[in-house]
Formats: sequence, C-alpha cells, structure tokens
Amino acid sequence: MDQVNKKPFSWKGFFLQWEWMLILLFLVVNVINTNLSPFYLDSVGLRDATMTFLDKAFMVFPMVMIMILRDIDISVSSTVALASVVMAHLYTLGVPMELAVVICLAVGAVCGLINGLLIVRFKELSAVIVTLSTMIIYRGIAYIILEDQSAGSFPEWFGFLGWGYIGGVPFILIAFVVMAVLFGLLLHKTTFGRRIYAIGNNPTASRFSGVQVDKIKIIVFMLAGVMAAITALFLTSRMGSTRPNVALGYELDVIAMVVLGGISTAGGKGKMIGAIIAVFLIGFLRYGLGLINMPAQVLMIIIGLLLIVAVMVPNLKPKAKAKGKPPKSQDQQIAG
Amino acid sequence: MKKLFLGFLSIFLVFSMLAACSQTSSNEGSGDSGSKDGKKRFAIVFKNTGNPYGEKQMDGFKQAIEALGHEAILKAPDQPTAEAQIQMIEELISQKVDSIAIVGNDPDALQPALKKAMDQGIKVLSLDSAVNAQSRMVHVNQADPVAIGRVQIEAISEMIGGKGQIAVLSATSQATNQNAWIEQMKETLKDPKYKDIELVKVAYGDDLRDKSVSETEALLKSYPDLKGIIAPTTVGIAAAGKVLTDKGLKDKVHLTGLGLPSEMAEYIESGVCDWMYLWNPIDVGYLAGYAADALVNETITGKVGDKFSAGDLGEKEIVEDGDGTQIMLGDPFKFDASNIAEWKEVY
Amino acid sequence: MTANNGQKGTLIENIAKFREVGLLGFIILLSVVIQWRNSSFLTLENINDMITNTAILSILAVGMMLVIITRGIDLSIGATLALSGMIAALTVGAFPNLNPILAVLLGTLVGLVSGVILGAIISKGGVLPIIATLGMMYIFRGLTFMVSGGQWVSAHQMPDSFKGIATGSFLGINNLILIAVLIYVAFYYFINHTRTGRQIYAVGSNPDSAKISGINHDKIIWLVYTIMGGLSGLAGVLWVSKFASAQGDTASGYELTVIAACVLGGVNIAGGSGKISGIILGSVLIGIMNNALPLINVSPFWQTGIQGSIILIAVVLNALVKRGVDMNALMRRRI
Repeated sequence: MDQVNKKPFSWKGFFLQWEWMLILLFLVVNVINTNLSPFYLDSVGLRDATMTFLDKAFMVFPMVMIMILRDIDISVSSTVALASVVMAHLYTLGVPMELAVVICLAVGAVCGLINGLLIVRFKELSAVIVTLSTMIIYRGIAYIILEDQSAGSFPEWFGFLGWGYIGGVPFILIAFVVMAVLFGLLLHKTTFGRRIYAIGNNPTASRFSGVQVDKIKIIVFMLAGVMAAITALFLTSRMGSTRPNVALGYELDVIAMVVLGGISTAGGKGKMIGAIIAVFLIGFLRYGLGLINMPAQVLMIIIGLLLIVAVMVPNLKPKAKAKGKPPKSQDQQIAG
Repeated sequence: MKKLFLGFLSIFLVFSMLAACSQTSSNEGSGDSGSKDGKKRFAIVFKNTGNPYGEKQMDGFKQAIEALGHEAILKAPDQPTAEAQIQMIEELISQKVDSIAIVGNDPDALQPALKKAMDQGIKVLSLDSAVNAQSRMVHVNQADPVAIGRVQIEAISEMIGGKGQIAVLSATSQATNQNAWIEQMKETLKDPKYKDIELVKVAYGDDLRDKSVSETEALLKSYPDLKGIIAPTTVGIAAAGKVLTDKGLKDKVHLTGLGLPSEMAEYIESGVCDWMYLWNPIDVGYLAGYAADALVNETITGKVGDKFSAGDLGEKEIVEDGDGTQIMLGDPFKFDASNIAEWKEVY
Repeated sequence: MTANNGQKGTLIENIAKFREVGLLGFIILLSVVIQWRNSSFLTLENINDMITNTAILSILAVGMMLVIITRGIDLSIGATLALSGMIAALTVGAFPNLNPILAVLLGTLVGLVSGVILGAIISKGGVLPIIATLGMMYIFRGLTFMVSGGQWVSAHQMPDSFKGIATGSFLGINNLILIAVLIYVAFYYFINHTRTGRQIYAVGSNPDSAKISGINHDKIIWLVYTIMGGLSGLAGVLWVSKFASAQGDTASGYELTVIAACVLGGVNIAGGSGKISGIILGSVLIGIMNNALPLINVSPFWQTGIQGSIILIAVVLNALVKRGVDMNALMRRRI
C-alpha cells in the first residue's frame, strides 16, 4: 500500500533537483573566483573566510524549519543583539563568564518562546507582524541596557570561539558542521521533522490528524531563539566586545540564504542541505569578490542577480513544456 | 538514505578537489609576500559606501599613495557596520597587503581582527573615527576633539548673544566621534563665561534624514524658547537647516555644527546657518597615506615623538592620545558666507 | 435582540461592525496620553507637521496593501524610492529649468519601469515575491549608488521649483497632503468600484478559483507590482524634494515601516483582505509614533523599546477587539 506513491529511483530525477543546481553554482563561483584572484585558492584564506560568514549561518537551520511551516522570524537579529548585550553586561557586573554564556542561551530561548507563544495564542496575527514588533522590542531592550556604551574585555578563552582552531580547522566550522548534521537529522529523519513538513503543507489537516501544531511551532521558534544566541556567542567572540547595534540586517542575510537554498515561503518544501550549500555559496562569492576589492554597490547587484536568476532559470524551461498540460496534483499519482 | 549518502559523497569530493587545487597553488605562491610587480599595497577601509565625505577621504589617501609610487586599495562596505568591516579586514589579510588604514564603525569591535592583521606584519592605523589603542599603531586625527567641542560652543554662544537654551542634534547614540565631541561641549559649558547658556537636550537623528527632521521639529516644539541648535553631523545639520528654513525661523533659532559645504551651502547663503566647521577630508586621507607609508618603511613606529614628512602637508609629529598615539591634521576649518561658494563645489 | 434597539443602537452597532475599532481606540488613547505629557502635541502646527511627514508613508502603504492582498510582499520599495529620487534629483540638477511636474513624472516613470520588471519576474518568471523583491532591492540599491557616483545631491543643486513640490501648498494645504488625498480617493474608487480592483481581492483570496473564473492571474500580479513601483517612484521624488537631499542610502529599511503600517491597519498577510480605512489608521499610528516619541520626555534609549511595545500592544489589542466584533457579527446572524 505505501509503495503506491514512491517513484522508482531515477538518476535524472535525482540530479535535476534544486540542491544539485546549487552545488553546480557553487563550483562555478569557485572557478570564477580562482581566476579572478591568485589569493583565492589558499587553504588558509578559504578556511579563515568561513569564519567571517558562519556566525550568522547558525540561524539558518531553525529558519528553514520556520519557513517550511509557512511562518517567518525577522526578529532573529534583535535576539542576537539582546542575548549578546545581556551576557556582556552581566559579565561586566561580575558574573562569571561561563554563567554569562549560559544566560545568553537562556535569553535566546526566552525570546524565541515569547515569539512562539504570541504566534500560537493570537492566530489572527501573522508571524510577520509579531516578529516585526518583537524585533523592535528586543533591540529596544538592548538599547535600554547598554545605552551608548560598549561592553567587552572578555576572558581569553572566549576569544577561542570565534578565532580558535582545532587541528587546523576553525572551531566555528566544526560547530557549524555538528549543528548541520543535528538539524539535518532532526528535519529529515525524525517524526518531529515529518510533522513540520505536514504542517507546512496543510496546517488544518495536520491539526485534525492529531499533530500538535501549537507545540511544534513554539519549539521551532525557541530553537530559532537559541540559535540566535549561539550566533551571539560567536559574533561577540569575533568582535571582542558588543553594543546594542550589533547584528543589524542579519535577518535579511539569513532569509536570503534560506530562500536561495530552495525553501519556499509557501511552505512545505525544501531541504536542509540546500540552505547549507547556499550558505557557502553566498559566503564564498562575497569573499572571492572581496579579494578583488569589488566595490560594494557592484557586489550588491551581483548578489541580487544571483538570487533572482538562480531561482528563475529552472522555472523557465519546465514552464514552457508544461504549458499545454493541466496542473499536476498528488491525486494523479495514485490514480495512474 | 541513498540520496543522503550520495549527497554527502559529492560534497566531500568537491571539497577534496578544492583542497587538492589549493595545495598546488599555495606551494607555488608561498614564497611570494603578496606584492605583484614589486609594488607595495596600501588599503583604506571607510565606514560605508556612497558617502561623499568618505569618497574624498579615500581620494586623498589614493593621491598620497600613488605619489609615493605604490598601489592603493579602496574599500567601503554597503552597511556602516563593524561586522562588514571585519569581513573586509579578513579579505585584506588574505591579499597580504602591507598596510590597512581604517575609519572605524566601532572603536572596540575591530580589535581581534586588526590584531590578527598586525600579527601578520600588516601595519594598521586608523583615521577620522578612531579604533582603540590596542587595535592600531597610530591614529590620524582631523582635529583635537577638545577644540572641536569648544569651537562649536563658542560659535553658538556668539550667535545667540551669550545666553539662552541650546540643544544638540547628534548622529546615532553609538557614534563614538560625536559622543566624544559632545562630551567636550559639556566640558566647555562648565566654564563660568557660559553660565547663562543651558543645554536642554541631546537628540539623536541617527544620521537618517527623516528622523533628524522629526527630532528637530520635536525640539522646537518642546522647547519654545530654544535659541540655538548644534548639529555635529553632516546629515543632522542639513536636516535642521531645512526645518528652520521651512518654518521661517531664520533669526530666531541659530544653527551651527559640522557639515559638508555642499550640503550646507544653501543654508549658509540664506543665513539660516551663520557659520559652521569641518575640515578637509582630502587632507585627512592624504595624511593617512603618508603615515601608512612611513609605518611600512619603519620611519616611524607609532610612538610619541616620531616625526615624518607628509608630502604637501609638511613635517608631522606623533603625539599622545589616551593610551595610544595620534597625528593631528590641524584645527577645524570655518565655513561661512565668504568662502562657501568656493568650497561647495569641492565636497 | 440587537436589531430591536431601533435608532439608538445603530451608532454603536456601526462602531462594533468596524473591524479596526480597536486600533482607532488605541490611537485615541495614545494621543490622550501624549497630550498629557506634552501639550504641544495636539496643536495645529504639530498635527500639520505630523500629517506632512506621514504623507509619503501613506502613499506607499496603498501600494503595499495591494501587493499584500495578492499574497505577496515587496521588500524593494525603499531601494526603488532611492533610485527614482536620485535620478529625479540628478536630472533637475542638470536641467534647472525643468518643470517640476515633469520631474515628478520622471520619478514615477522610473518607479513604474522598476515595477514592470519586478512584476514580470514574479508573474512570468515564477519567482516568489520574497526572493524577487529581495534580489531587486539589492540591485536597485546598487544601481542607486552607481548612478550617484558616490555623491549626494544637495539642496543648492536643486532649483527652488523642485524643492517647492514638497514645501509648497495649494489652497492652504500642503502639496504632499493633497497628493496623498488624491491618491487615496483614486485608489478607493479603483479598489471598490472597478472590476480590476475586485479581481485583485479575488486573486489574493483564492488564486486557484480566480484562475478558473477566468481572471488573468498573471496580469493582475504584474499590475499590482507595477502600481507599487509607480507609487514608490512618486514617493521617491516627493521624499527628495521634501528633504532637499538625495543620498545613496535614502530610505534604507523603510519597507519594514510600510509593511508595519499595512499590517497594523488590518491587512491580512495571508492575502485577500485589507481596507483603505485600515491603512489610513495604520499610517497614522506610525506617524504619531515618529512625531510624538521625541516629544514625550523620555530617554532616547527608550525610544526603540517604546516603539516596539506600542506596535505590539496595538496589534494584540486589535486582535482581541476583532474577536469581539466577529463574535458580535456571528450573533447578529441569529434570526
């Protein structure tokens, strides 16, 4: 019975997926970068380049889940700022750094929890408006705490997070890979993950099938908060200090990585691996172009074109073919 | 499961391919210190792109560097954030430049990145907006912050006749330069000769046109007896000038501060702003260029008392600055009706 | 039960039917609190300033409402605004004798072209609005920097006729307010009384049904983004004229403010519903916040936090009140 919907494994079908397009793009970008600058293909350089863009990439994992759920979270950058500011301020007041780090994670979780609760309690309110308001509120709290001061002077070991290496590999890269595996397994191999896809595809049907939609949403938003706090740890470590205005604009970068990774805002679609490839794609593209000191305005145009063209090109060809055919639906597979 | 395995296998293959390529190329290139055709490379990183003040500074820097026969690299991020500048510093380290001159978006946040650059032998200096003393070898300052604060208080005092309420319209609450100058203004006001002048509020326009306009309008409404506004930021002073013009408050509320001659020409010519101050960003960049060259040649090491020649600007000496050291360009320059026509075309 | 109250109950009934009554009540409450803190709030001059400052936001809100109704979003409006404003400013700088009306048309044209391109990418290219507008935002912003050559256009380079667009007044009312009112009247008619206008709602409500009913889905989507582009272009010229300055990073991040105004005004982000009266209230609330926050004497470091709290409270309050209103509507159906 459950073999009915499974298509036979086809090499063409496997390679025609969005994620392979991304890998191809990634290779193309690397080839272009190598030809642009002799400094690109340097293992030390490439390795250190990952340290510059991976800090915000931690927020990509829960954002993938949130967008599959048909929601969005634009408050992540403010959660980063608040978690970082609280941690630094407490440390300045004498709290031991280890405890401050734990509190940072707790702040992230609380921010995410508040988002989740507001969204499930007030179903009339879309995630956009809730996270828009919390985005402003969380950053506002950060401003109230630190005002116009910076806080820093962390102990030596804290700098290891953002700058340290283990066996030649940056610590942040190791942490990222570990998280990637964990979140990848969570999304693709657990019931929790399957339920997220179900809710994204059809929230009403899921609710009536007994899926605890509210609980799952709250958990996912809390994860977003915690990962934002982890971003805060790495970012603060990279900067050695913090202010209320850190991580400005991070939410747009994260959303760009997620949508380029093939996650649709219409919900229910997308794979974790796509977003991960997109992270490195955008990261190395910026790095490579930065090595030839491309002016910021041209770089912006290139990134914009990349986003649009990458998404548009695969849509154009099949659309031409499918013009004459009626829209496909799930039922057809069962029928024939 | 099959797909997942195939996926990981392909990514592994890709990375190992890259690693293999990089091994060969880094073996070839490791003997070379990074300079092509013998030219040294000097980089300048400004706060953000599309800023005419920054463009002029980078022009001045480029002028100096090219006059000395080197190659100049000009970089500016699209957002005025420290995070973006950290990325640029990493890119410059990978390019193995000889020197980095930075206009900091944050005094402390660039420290680990700049230390890494210095550890690799790159000479680091800051200009205009300073980074903390541990992040740099020397700072090129356009003018003494004490002088900048004092001269604006003197100006407003003269304009309002020595007594009345004044307010300050600043940039963002995090702006280090502005905060330092406002501190100095408050210090200057402690002098008994300014006892009849009251600083009622410091408002933050965030260097956004619309917010600066709202904040100015709010100041005028909340303090109907306000006599003077000091705006030590180019966007703020221009916005305040527009508001005062639109409301016809020309001689009732006086305006001064730090502004771009091009932005303020209209308001100085109409008399809304009697005079204001700034300095020549081209000179600041130019001086930084010569200072960077002197650091790379090891003519100076950044300690107090070092002297070097700065092209058309003459001999410069390094002086003390808190925990660090700095090089002074000069005094703030006054722009008024007599010279604005000439300067508005320059920057 | 309620119908038997005759004439007396009608006013309260009408208020109760008005979905955005929660928001309206909140605005009134907020105004009272601010007036108590600073009595110069409810003065004619201040209200005039406030409306003038909100005019541009409200013009953009109309376009964004149409976009959101069709289940889309437009993150590129800030960049389109900057681009058209910069082009208009550069043009009047080079040709000072240009009629200001032509400058306005030029800016609107730039916006329309941007909207057409964007609409094509979304409807024909099949790209999701969030990606398409995010990408175009980067592109337009980059173009603005390139077009300006890294320079700003300052007040002294703009002819008085151009600056007068925003500061001038006709029959005693500021031009910006007049333009905003004209646009609202025009779009109110368009949305409520033309077929195309109703089709926009249909497309947003249920795209599949709309397609089957013969509505040209792609054309409507294209139209909506073109309108948004045109309005952004217009807003760009007005902005640059109002502030007498064109910068590369003008209106950076402004799209979020416009979205906030729309969503506050009850436009459903899931598409299909939104009223002109709602976005007027939404824009007014944002306008009040921008105007009044500096007036009440709180530390500037509290401004951001207060702003966010006001938005959240307004939205939650509106949701709670709406529940009551909808319940009321359900009860009234019982015969």
